[in-house]
Amino acid sequence: MTMIGEENKNEKKNFDTELFCDAVPKEVPRINGIIQKFYDWAQANSLWILAFGTGCGSIEMRPLYTARYDISRFGMAPRPTPRQSNLFIISGYASVKTLKRIVRSYEQMQNPKFVMGLGSCTVNGGMYWDSYNTINRLDHYIPVDTYVAGCMPRPEALIAGFEDLKKRIKEGRAEGANEYAKNFEWYKANQKKVIKDWDMPDYNW
Amino acid sequence: MENFWTTLLYAFISMFIIFNYGMVLGGVVYKIIARVHGRFGPPVWQPYINLVKVMGVRTAISHGIMFWLGPVFRFTGGIGLFLFMPVLFGVPWMQNFSFSGDLLLVIYFIFFGQLGMALGAAESGHPYSPMGIMRGLSQVTASEVPFALAVIALAAQHGTLSITEIVAAQQGGIANWNIVTNPVATLAGMMAFLGMMMHAPFNLHIAPQEIPIGPPTEYQSNFLSYMQANRAFFASAKLILFMNLFFGGATNIPVLVGKTFSLYMITVFIGVVNPRFTLENSIRWFIRIPTVTGIIAVLIYTF
Repeated sequence: MTMIGEENKNEKKNFDTELFCDAVPKEVPRINGIIQKFYDWAQANSLWILAFGTGCGSIEMRPLYTARYDISRFGMAPRPTPRQSNLFIISGYASVKTLKRIVRSYEQMQNPKFVMGLGSCTVNGGMYWDSYNTINRLDHYIPVDTYVAGCMPRPEALIAGFEDLKKRIKEGRAEGANEYAKNFEWYKANQKKVIKDWDMPDYNW
Repeated sequence: MENFWTTLLYAFISMFIIFNYGMVLGGVVYKIIARVHGRFGPPVWQPYINLVKVMGVRTAISHGIMFWLGPVFRFTGGIGLFLFMPVLFGVPWMQNFSFSGDLLLVIYFIFFGQLGMALGAAESGHPYSPMGIMRGLSQVTASEVPFALAVIALAAQHGTLSITEIVAAQQGGIANWNIVTNPVATLAGMMAFLGMMMHAPFNLHIAPQEIPIGPPTEYQSNFLSYMQANRAFFASAKLILFMNLFFGGATNIPVLVGKTFSLYMITVFIGVVNPRFTLENSIRWFIRIPTVTGIIAVLIYTF
């Protein structure tokens, strides 16, 4: 396991920088063999969703938690803090203002982390493709593992998307966090291109 | 203690059993809560998958030494509570490290983990953590008052502070259990028990819908795995404590499982049908009826 923030622990800091670390993310390689497969299986069967509704699509996520669709059957649960969640659902259009929060939340999640784009807006902008303040392609800003297209996709479509994501995780193809670390410069340049009032560290943890 | 190493080996065996019991119990409770909501709920082995999942997280963030020690203290509190309690009466390999006077130490260990967690979570610097801690500590302190009074009443009744002797005095049928011989103290203890088991209406400090998840807001990866493992130990240890104090203890594992499961179901059922108390409400509730009941229980044995 890699500890983030250990490398610049000895530097003298003021109070503000004590509470965050802007060290650039590093790739953490997969362990080869059966242990990694076991961890992948556990990751796939215990997806904790970050409870952050970014757009209108989040309205489709509420029925998932209640009696009719009940995703807890698959070991999934909403989690209120990005530290503990490993699945980030970008639910619908992402305005530039929200993108800033998306980036911050995404970066606070710990290494095996998965992103699902919900709705056509995350694929190509959907009905907001020529809007002045929404982004068109989500995967220019953060790595996306699965898309669920539709406007709005029904909860059944989301469940199908979860199945697809689980398959990817078990096959070891859902390495978004490492991809983000590998192409960090590219993602950061894209983010800074659209977020004009950039007033946060380059990497929040 | 005839042989230290044998005792240690027995302690590890009983820890293994109780850890797995606690994990499965957690899964069963998730299932029951889901069924009350009209859902299917996660499989009963879901706590194991969650534990492996958090252990398999590849990165972790530390905020300092106390942040590291917080979950360790919490874990120590859970294990300590369990290890100083006799689990099965008259069964040598389930006595752990119980000794005369262990009741006081056990009460201390209930609080120990919370305090360690408070120090650790405060160092994370997240504003929600101190708020969760404040709520959690206030509530636990409030529920400790009737519990302490009930324990004093029991100590006065049996003239001992040893859990083993209290259990021994209750052997020989339901008529000897403390729920029959000392119903007032049992009532106070069971009302305190509701506040300790972290289910509604007394789970404001850890409820995800309130201040996000309370003290562990900043905890992730392996830190979280400590807390999840501790939850299994702590819940079953508290159940065993209450079974020992008020419901005659257990002499074999089926009785242990039956009694602790029924005890847990009291809090779970009360929890699923009741809304959540705010902090002010729950503290007021604890210092009224349960505390007065506890004082009456003590007074009965004073005069």
